[in-house]
Amino acid sequence: MENNQPTPAIELRNLHKSFGLAQIIQGVDLAIHKQERHAIIGPNGAGKSTLFNLITGKYVPTAGGVFLHGENVSGMKPYQINRMGLSRSFQITNIFAKMTVFENIRCGLLWSMGYKYSFWHLVNRQRNVTDRAEEILQQINLLERRDELAGVLTYAEQRALEIGIAIAGGADIVMLDEPTAGMSASETSYMVDLIRKVTEDKTLIIVEHDMGVVFDLADRISVLVYGEIIATDEPQNVRESAAVQEAYLGTAVEEAG
Amino acid sequence: MSLQGQQSIGTKTPLIPIRKVLPWLIACGFLLLLPQVFPSGAGLTIMNQMAITIVFALAYNMLLGQAGMLSFGHAVYMGLGGFFCMHLLNQVEYNQLYLPLPLLPLFGGLFGLIFAFLIGSFSTRRAGTVFAMISLGVGELIAACSIIIVVFFGGEEGVSGDRTMGPQVFGFDFASQLEVYYLTAIWLVLAALGMYLFSRTPMGRIANAVRDNEERAEFLGYSQRNVRWISFCASGFFCGIAGALFAINFEILTEENLNLATSGSILLITFLGGVGFFVGPVIGAVVFTLLQTVLSLYTEIWQLYLGILFVLTVMFFPSGLTGLIAMHFRPWNLSKVGLLIRPYAKIAGPALVLLFSAIAIMEILFHARHSSIGSEEMNLFGMTINSHSPVPLIIAVGLLLISFFVVRKLAPGLLDAWQDANHQERET
Ligand SMILES: Nc1ncnc2c1ncn2[C@@H]1O[C@H](COP(=O)(O)OP(=O)(O)OP(=O)(O)O)[C@@H](O)[C@H]1O
Ligand SMILES: [Mg+2]
Repeated sequence: MENNQPTPAIELRNLHKSFGLAQIIQGVDLAIHKQERHAIIGPNGAGKSTLFNLITGKYVPTAGGVFLHGENVSGMKPYQINRMGLSRSFQITNIFAKMTVFENIRCGLLWSMGYKYSFWHLVNRQRNVTDRAEEILQQINLLERRDELAGVLTYAEQRALEIGIAIAGGADIVMLDEPTAGMSASETSYMVDLIRKVTEDKTLIIVEHDMGVVFDLADRISVLVYGEIIATDEPQNVRESAAVQEAYLGTAVEEAG
Repeated sequence: MSLQGQQSIGTKTPLIPIRKVLPWLIACGFLLLLPQVFPSGAGLTIMNQMAITIVFALAYNMLLGQAGMLSFGHAVYMGLGGFFCMHLLNQVEYNQLYLPLPLLPLFGGLFGLIFAFLIGSFSTRRAGTVFAMISLGVGELIAACSIIIVVFFGGEEGVSGDRTMGPQVFGFDFASQLEVYYLTAIWLVLAALGMYLFSRTPMGRIANAVRDNEERAEFLGYSQRNVRWISFCASGFFCGIAGALFAINFEILTEENLNLATSGSILLITFLGGVGFFVGPVIGAVVFTLLQTVLSLYTEIWQLYLGILFVLTVMFFPSGLTGLIAMHFRPWNLSKVGLLIRPYAKIAGPALVLLFSAIAIMEILFHARHSSIGSEEMNLFGMTINSHSPVPLIIAVGLLLISFFVVRKLAPGLLDAWQDANHQERET
């Protein structure tokens, strides 16, 4: 079905990853289209975060390849992949705790706004950077906390900042690893709106345990179980698939109830 | 020089905010006036040495404080910069090379930069322990080379030269100490300003980011290795400037400028001052140089005191002497410093007695063990005492115990006052 489609934003071909003897990803094939919102679901330990780490360059695949806009990026460093327009957030909050909230966002902006390793600009003087950072702070509702150290924010605020850093650079592929984990219902719904807003016209890949969020956001869903994708389909079909019910949704519903 | 290590500025900053420029103007005025206060040759020498150490320590802190890289062999970049400058001075003297002396530090910086570039190409691949170990190895290697490669390093005697042989600049030939002082002071300001501004560039900020969380920085488009490498080169450049200033001032460089002891003391100086603050190394360098030059006139065991000071700082004030000062900003902003005056005054007396009795014990013991046979008299705080008689020692130990007891009694009160002074009432 992919044959007469344009090049997918991300394509995984027969991807494998083992840590020692443990085979965590065991042959994943997946094509994610441009501007698609794609959710990856699966039980704990299925390898979702590992898949993220393989795509973003943190891990090198044991076999198989990752293709970004048709280019093989397996083995490239995270910064090289990021510069090709892919950015991510982390499941476990991964921010610059000793910097202010504003500076955290600014760090996410500098490379993409062309400042690179510049030591001939004064960073506080770059109005475009400051304005853009404040715009993002506004979006993620952290403008009041602008000059606070990121480390003292509440958990939910840190999660929002985590996503703010990821989207700051304006990458056209955004990968979010459990963005709403640990959030209250109202925080979650705010976050979903935010994600929808900031990933307008972008490719989104999201790992999420909250089925409400998944069915709300996703155009397509992949179900990952024991390092293999057992189904990739539209939300409606996934919900109805017996295999998925058995492998994942049943337990998720039980857990939720 | 703002005390804050990092800060962000409001959106509406005037072109040159006076609040930022003022400390620099004061520092410049201070540097201009110092020779009026200490016009003696010895005074100028100490001030020059201080200025050189400040540049070196600030450059070292570009790595340690700003980029989180612990180098055990950083004397190499200052030393090599200095050696090259010494050779340049000799070229000026013997081969009519045209090079006005005030420009020499620029070349020192370039040499420091070149070596940092070469060595950094492999040493900055990894952070943490790996980097520290490579820096130690390279430091040892270059120090060993300096004895083996006599042509360049001059063996045990080192390389010496004459700074006055170059073309005169505005009628100055730099034969006098005072002229050298002003030359050094100008370069101190230039270098410090350069390093300060560097920390405010995108590169400087990203160096902080890599220091705090190298993984996340990589996912934002930055190669952690390149960030470390560039920081290392920048540090090497300013170390080279310090080396050139050393060459100009002392007109000799030896193995001592490269060895691990020098590398160790710059770490100590920077840490003593406080790595988290831009001015930290400045304070560290001033205190260290004073101890080294002034204290050493009075006592042979000044290095012991320095060591104790260092250990106490690391144990009790890990943010250094600057951190100790900065701790008082919060009470100050709350206008509650007043609460601290009484408890401080109360504890000051006993604390001083404690300090001096501890010094007395160490001095007496040192004198008793190391004085030549027959000389039992020693001078202690202006008193002449007999170090071999037990009486002075007993008195000193007694005072030590009593003052220690009193300080411990007073400490909780000081702590309470400290809490009060830092507490902000929630009423408005
Ligand atoms: N660096 C590593 N070394 C060894 N094993 C690893 C490593 N990273 C992940 N694993 C293992 O791989 C398996 C999958 O982990 P992963 O974090 O990808 O799961 P996940 O699907 O994201 O789970 P969760 O829903 O709990 O986040 C786990 O059993 C984990 O222990
Ligand atoms: Mg995970």
